Amino acid sequence: MYKSITYILILSCVFLTACSDENTNEYVIKPTAQPLDIPPLFNQLIINPIIPIDNPQTVEGIALGKKLFFDPILSVNNTQACASCHSPRNAFSDTSQFSDGVNGNFGTRNAMPIFNLAWNYDEKFFWDGSVFSLEHQALEPVENPIEMNNTWETVISRLQQHPEYPNLFTNAFGEGIITKEKATKAIAQFERTLISANSKFDKYLLGEVTLTPEETNGLNVFMDETRGDCFHCHGSPNNPLWTDNKFHNNGLDATITDLGLGAVTGDPADNGKFKSPSLRNLAYTAPFMHDGRFQTLEDVINHYSEGLQNSPTIDPLMKKVAQGGVQLSAQDKADLIAFLHTLSDPSFVNNPAFQN
Amino acid sequence: MKKIIAIFIVSCILFSCSEDNDDNLIAPLPQAAITFNFTHNWDGTTINNNNLQTETVINAHGEVMSMTRLRYLISRFELTNENGQTYRFNGYKFTDLSDETTYNFSPENNNIPIGTYTLKFIWGFNETDNIDGAYTDLNSASWNWPAMLGGGYHFMQFDGMYNVNTTAMPYNFHNGTARVSMDVFEQNFAEIVLETPITIINNASIEVKMNIAEFFKNPNTWDLNVLDTPLMPNYDAQKMMQENVLTVFSIGNITQ
Repeated sequence: MYKSITYILILSCVFLTACSDENTNEYVIKPTAQPLDIPPLFNQLIINPIIPIDNPQTVEGIALGKKLFFDPILSVNNTQACASCHSPRNAFSDTSQFSDGVNGNFGTRNAMPIFNLAWNYDEKFFWDGSVFSLEHQALEPVENPIEMNNTWETVISRLQQHPEYPNLFTNAFGEGIITKEKATKAIAQFERTLISANSKFDKYLLGEVTLTPEETNGLNVFMDETRGDCFHCHGSPNNPLWTDNKFHNNGLDATITDLGLGAVTGDPADNGKFKSPSLRNLAYTAPFMHDGRFQTLEDVINHYSEGLQNSPTIDPLMKKVAQGGVQLSAQDKADLIAFLHTLSDPSFVNNPAFQN
Repeated sequence: MKKIIAIFIVSCILFSCSEDNDDNLIAPLPQAAITFNFTHNWDGTTINNNNLQTETVINAHGEVMSMTRLRYLISRFELTNENGQTYRFNGYKFTDLSDETTYNFSPENNNIPIGTYTLKFIWGFNETDNIDGAYTDLNSASWNWPAMLGGGYHFMQFDGMYNVNTTAMPYNFHNGTARVSMDVFEQNFAEIVLETPITIINNASIEVKMNIAEFFKNPNTWDLNVLDTPLMPNYDAQKMMQENVLTVFSIGNITQ
């Protein structure tokens, strides 16, 4: 008796479920959810990433975004993709100080690396924070005259006539025409999957490896207010983003010519402020600073140690500006660089899922 | 045996349904929902996200100062009524003066009976709460206090320039656990007790005023020319901040 009831229940469940799925598939194309794979350290230490409610991560959306990211179809003359200036092998940054646009023009800012962007809680993107949200950020380079120099109208037209894209958009976003909003949503989905959390220091925090004495001293220099004092802007073992994603004037110039955040807010108190970049993957992201002025990490450390320039908006955290900087010893400089290299993540730049 | 188990289970269910001790209280006092609204001033001049970076002020020692950044942490809010009954509110308040959305604090468990109360809270975290890396929102805000100084979290980060009328110099007025010597640390939180009676007759927003100037005034007149930066590893500076914070807060308007 019990066996009969059990069989009936099982069979009912199977048939009912199967039928309902079939009906759904017949009428609606529904992309497959693919939530971000949040690294254990991030899960343990920091708050959840920002995923817009109207752009959830899906298998089809991510795949479409990846294809768009690597496709020169976005540029006016079909020569440049996002990846042209955001190279996967360089943690999605550009080894050139300024990137070479489709017409051979150069900008004034160094291409930013792309990783862990879903954890940019304030959602202010670009060096000057001029755009809110990753979806909106992706709109800009396509139409920037010194970058892709295209129009979204042209891009949409090309995508619509393409043999593959219309189906890919339908699979990702359902029926309907292709729009720039859908295109940038897909690109943003792909970009959010670009997660870097497997550096030597991550493994150290997980108890899998040990640091050398030099790296340990470098960490202490980083965390010591009387020496490097890097942690106020660049994270700490408890903030594995290694950036505060805030804007600071870090004493690059006595006379501010590029206003940075100040040009965006219109507030003179913000002049010369640029976003703190993450210190992850420095091994791959040279040159450094918003204008790519420093070729090496040694140059960067020397700047903070002896090269600070005073200006009206300099951040007070550049506390030794009157002496030119924090005056690190040669040993502390070398050890600090050794520590910084433990934040680089070879598995990120070699991840086949992130290559074309 | 089965019967005994069945009786036991039925008994448990019956007992769980019995009245609580407080079910028969006659006419309980009406409840009021409490929120806290923090305002900030420098000896009466309002400081908020609009003028934080533009206002210049003069501290008790006479230095003309500007402010760039002011963030602070308080915890363990408690209201105690005239009968000595204390209502403690969960959570902590992390305030960033550049972000006015952080000025208000609405505890999750914010209902108390109407009555007259006094407010008490902890400046920073006490020893129980100041656990290194334990709070994901504070880690995300880069609010950590270095392990070499005892770990846990900042209580305050106040950055700016002083002597801005002559030769401007940076100050980093950061407060947290005090380091006595290498690997020896001393807790440095402060219990803020505000004696002003707060009469609650309805849902209320309690204004708590922070007079930033008091950090430099009482009981220690702060000389930024001597103590500007670095202050985090400076034991004496840390203990002076702990003393000076006691007069920083006061009760303002009660809106209800």
